Amino acid sequence: MRFVDEFRDPGVITRTADEIRRLVDPNRHYRLMEVCGGHTHAIYRFGLKDILPPNIELIHGPGCPVCVLPMGRIDDGLSLAHHPDVIFTAFGDMMRVPGTQGSPLEHKARGMDVRIVYSPSDALKLAKTNPDKHVMFFAIGFETTAPSSALTLMRAKAEGIRNFSLFCNHVTIIPAIRAILDSPDMRLDAFIGPGHVSTVIGCRPYEWIVKDERKPIVISGFEPLDMLQSIVMLLRQLKSGKAKVENQYRRVVPWEGNRAALRAMAEVFQLRPYFEWRGLGFISQSALRIRDTYAEWDSEQRFNVPGVRVTDPKAAQCGEVLKGVLKPAQCKLFGRECIPEHPVGALMVSSEGSCAAYYNYEHRKAITTSLAWPA
Amino acid sequence: MCLAIPGKIVELFPGVPHLASVEVAGVRRKVDLGLLQDDPPTSGDWVLIHVGFAMSKISEQDALEQMQTLMILGENEQAMQEVRGYGLDDADDHNVS
Repeated sequence: MRFVDEFRDPGVITRTADEIRRLVDPNRHYRLMEVCGGHTHAIYRFGLKDILPPNIELIHGPGCPVCVLPMGRIDDGLSLAHHPDVIFTAFGDMMRVPGTQGSPLEHKARGMDVRIVYSPSDALKLAKTNPDKHVMFFAIGFETTAPSSALTLMRAKAEGIRNFSLFCNHVTIIPAIRAILDSPDMRLDAFIGPGHVSTVIGCRPYEWIVKDERKPIVISGFEPLDMLQSIVMLLRQLKSGKAKVENQYRRVVPWEGNRAALRAMAEVFQLRPYFEWRGLGFISQSALRIRDTYAEWDSEQRFNVPGVRVTDPKAAQCGEVLKGVLKPAQCKLFGRECIPEHPVGALMVSSEGSCAAYYNYEHRKAITTSLAWPA
Repeated sequence: MCLAIPGKIVELFPGVPHLASVEVAGVRRKVDLGLLQDDPPTSGDWVLIHVGFAMSKISEQDALEQMQTLMILGENEQAMQEVRGYGLDDADDHNVS
């Protein structure tokens, strides 16, 4: 219980862990997928695996937007940075993510105007203060960040700021879950649902998972106790043979979601017919594009984007890890060619990717232990 | 980008209803309230902030616990860096580079 001991009420955590042990059937193996990259990071950071019974296996899902972004999209976005009048802006998470010609940070080192912003509205402000430049914002994220991008474009249009555009890579979580469930080698029992995405979309979009697939899902917060309580709720459902959508994170997630955020997304975005995900391939209706009514603020409609496609290296087994068929360390490249400093596959790219999280917390720990001088 | 940062609304601007000053661990920055327009927060309310936009209203207790979670996750410094980086305040243009 590495970090759990530091937490506010270790007693409650111990009691919840006891409840989990009471609920598990020792003759059954449980495979629970946490969809959100934030949960993956927290599971490793808190050392939650150490307090779960060994027959509960946590499978790390596709919810890290940096990880699932195809390399070709980074190349496409950076192709605009070569233009001397363009300021390329992106969140800090994107800056070290490699394209075939290097990361955004490496492009900056070569003299291109590449800047970190912490909010899309800061990129818009940069456009206002640099009227002789074009500011392009490289937008990524699930439904948590898409509403902020949408609102930023609505403000750009309302204020008539024309030297600003958004390169849209926003993706939606539901089709990714569907793709994983449709996969023939998928073996999952239940889902720990994403917390912050659900703040926007609410709980209804998950209802097909329980109706069509008979898999329980519990929307969960990010504290250790939140995740343990969510596992208790899932185990109770599995024990009773029922499958329903439950909301453990009620203090933040309303059942109906955030309607203002959904309206902003509907005003600015529409679904793409299909989009490529690193590790999962093409998934239909899984990403957002900018509507024609906002074409002037769409980098892809406004500029000539090359449309680069870079296939994932064949040796990287990201897809199998995403579906829970392989553990990160079972991939042939893990810890050798593919490490966080030099990611080959998608899941090593960001600290919220399951391979990077596993490498940083489990693999490094194992190496340190094996190198320790015997006492 | 995926951080949810708790902040307290300390000032509203009648002329610009979609903006508010929030305070996060002693640092004051402007954030956008547009995504809470159906249930606008008032001064003293706590909100969860994603990439410079208030996304949901939360209780003070939840806000304190969220800050503690960020600390245990080792993400509190990153969160403060993000908050300090929000550039909607005119005096903070240099933070955007």
